[in-house]
Amino acid sequence: MFEILFISTINGILYGMLLFLMASGLTVIFSMMGVLNLAHASFYMLGAFFGFEITQHMGFWAGLVFAPLIVAGIGMVVERYGLRHVHRHGHVAELLFTFGLTFVIQEVVEMVWGKLPVDYRVPASLDFSAFTVFATTYPAFKMFALLVSVVIFLALLLVIRRTRIGLIVQAALSHPDMVGMLGHNVDRIFMLVFGVGVALAAVAGVIAGPVLVTQSNMAGLLGPILFVVVVVGGLGSLGGAFVASLLIGLVQTYAVAFNISLADVFGSSPLTGNVAFYLDDLWNVTVAQIAPILPYLLLVLILIFRPRGLMGTNNR
Amino acid sequence: MKKLVASTVLALSVIGASAVPAAADNIKIGYVDPLSGGAASIGQIGLNQLNFIADTANKNGGINGEQVEVIGYDNQINPQTSLVQVQKAIDEGVRIIIQGNGSSVGSAIEGFVAKYNRRNPDAHIVYLNYGAIDPVMTNDNCSYWHFGFDANTNVKMAALTNFIKQRAEIKKVYLIDQDYSFGHAVADAAVSMLKEKRPDIEIVGNEFHPLVKITDFSPYIAKIKASGADTVITSNWGQDFSLLIKAAGQSGLDVNWYTYYAGAAGGPTAIKQADMSGRVFQINEGISNLGYEPAEKTAREYGARYKDAPVLFPRIFNTTAMLFKAIEAAGSQDPADFIPKLEGMKYASFSAGGDSFMRKDDHQLFQPLYISSFGPLANDKAFDEEHTGWGWNKVGEIAAKDTVVPTTCEMKRPG
Repeated sequence: MFEILFISTINGILYGMLLFLMASGLTVIFSMMGVLNLAHASFYMLGAFFGFEITQHMGFWAGLVFAPLIVAGIGMVVERYGLRHVHRHGHVAELLFTFGLTFVIQEVVEMVWGKLPVDYRVPASLDFSAFTVFATTYPAFKMFALLVSVVIFLALLLVIRRTRIGLIVQAALSHPDMVGMLGHNVDRIFMLVFGVGVALAAVAGVIAGPVLVTQSNMAGLLGPILFVVVVVGGLGSLGGAFVASLLIGLVQTYAVAFNISLADVFGSSPLTGNVAFYLDDLWNVTVAQIAPILPYLLLVLILIFRPRGLMGTNNR
Repeated sequence: MKKLVASTVLALSVIGASAVPAAADNIKIGYVDPLSGGAASIGQIGLNQLNFIADTANKNGGINGEQVEVIGYDNQINPQTSLVQVQKAIDEGVRIIIQGNGSSVGSAIEGFVAKYNRRNPDAHIVYLNYGAIDPVMTNDNCSYWHFGFDANTNVKMAALTNFIKQRAEIKKVYLIDQDYSFGHAVADAAVSMLKEKRPDIEIVGNEFHPLVKITDFSPYIAKIKASGADTVITSNWGQDFSLLIKAAGQSGLDVNWYTYYAGAAGGPTAIKQADMSGRVFQINEGISNLGYEPAEKTAREYGARYKDAPVLFPRIFNTTAMLFKAIEAAGSQDPADFIPKLEGMKYASFSAGGDSFMRKDDHQLFQPLYISSFGPLANDKAFDEEHTGWGWNKVGEIAAKDTVVPTTCEMKRPG
């Protein structure tokens, strides 16, 4: 019992940190620009594919540096020539624009890399097991992902809260005219923020690519859970996203580990007749079976009882 | 002026197109499978193979002198969409429907086609199913207008458990499957057949997880490890298989895997990445490298044409070869004429020419099945999978006659 509890905790933390790695860029863009970027997962996918391509020729570390830079470049172009114009027409236009962008990126990826998964491997220098607990090995690469995740969290927190850059960026969101009067180029600030946000997505892609499956549909599969993380944590709250990622990672992992159903707790169903016929399934379903649905249940509960999320600042 | 010229050209070209004699005699095959979305990679491979088969047949003068035409219909692996697409295909003159991905889709099409033929006595649509293997399709819900070319889950599990029976080292088995009709059918068959053939084997887990929703399988791997299993049986396919096997590789889970679809798109890549040479077994209707020249010739030609995805599904080649044989024997491309020829047909299967037959009672094909393990290939084997350098090595073969299982089908025949 202790064994599975312990291992589930480690698995939950590792998965949660991977989620945070993916969601951090989304939070940055939302908290600093007020743009909910539906195409975030697509930039994550671009990061994975660029990472794969660069790894083939120059090695993994070059991929980790250059893929995010390339994606940042693409992101800034998108912001400069697309999003900026759409921005004037309000949030709905922005949402539709980024939504459309997901299809464009997916089609382009399929044209270039095809629909089959590519063979994106963990680099040899990190391809060993970091430690072994209860005969379960933990790959060094996952530890590396955890480390990167924590570093990004701390760095972002520091930049936003403690530096002049963070100050100006935050001011640009709430008082763009004033910041402009003071001699800062607000448009350029937004462009850079968008670039940084999608670059973070690309970092996540480069790192998650070898762990998961690098394929042209990876964006669509990941998209929904990222929004759960961001909404549960509180839209735009970096700390909230961090806590929510861990929470979702742990909840999901623990739930899988236990085969408990309502029937186990309260005994066999008290219902009879037709009602029992329809509700028996519900009564006997185990927590493990519904584990992957739990984050979405959490999302619904949060929206009902605490719409601003765990650590959000307002009800926007 | 420019506009006038353009519209004139357009009008002329429309007239030109309609002036070509209508291709009424073409044998039209409607391929209804996912061509967009998550499962598109697998669906597209099937379409590639049908196009390849049609082109080869047409180059050799067609079937009964008639050209074969393949039309793809994207069903997004959704039963409702599939029915819309089947209707569209029928409206466009297609009378042969081919589909293979997803038993939920297959069951819907089977029911739709039976109903359509009943309501339109002159129509005669046939549904050739190369991959939906929920046993209900050739048992309780069997139909005269449906043919199953892949071994259904019960047939495969019977063969797989016969293989497991001989392996005394297997003591604890864990089952993990996707939570939908197909996954449950496989798990139920495994539980009942293992109990019958090897009552000493302990089933230490029977897990179902949601379909294509999991990104992190390490909690499931932790559970398998905690159960003390030495063998896992799974019917997972696509990314649910890839992620499962990669998670197992990362946590150093030391078990053997018996699978239905390890060879499907993406599977071989994942096994290679997890570095599980000789640990992953699959049961299917054929593999490359069986040393059968006709199959190897086809594989070479196909691989040269589709370099990006040189994956062969022998079941598609079996389906079309038997279809063409029936059309030639009947001298007609009307399903009402060639279905009697398909029933009870004897046929040498694609991968190694083994004896196969289409059972008349339920329209289920019985064919040699192969159990193979994935790993480095011996020097004389030419075909690797997905450019991994590894391939399938045969470890067991079950003749068609040894795979026969009873059916509950009571087929209603027209007339």
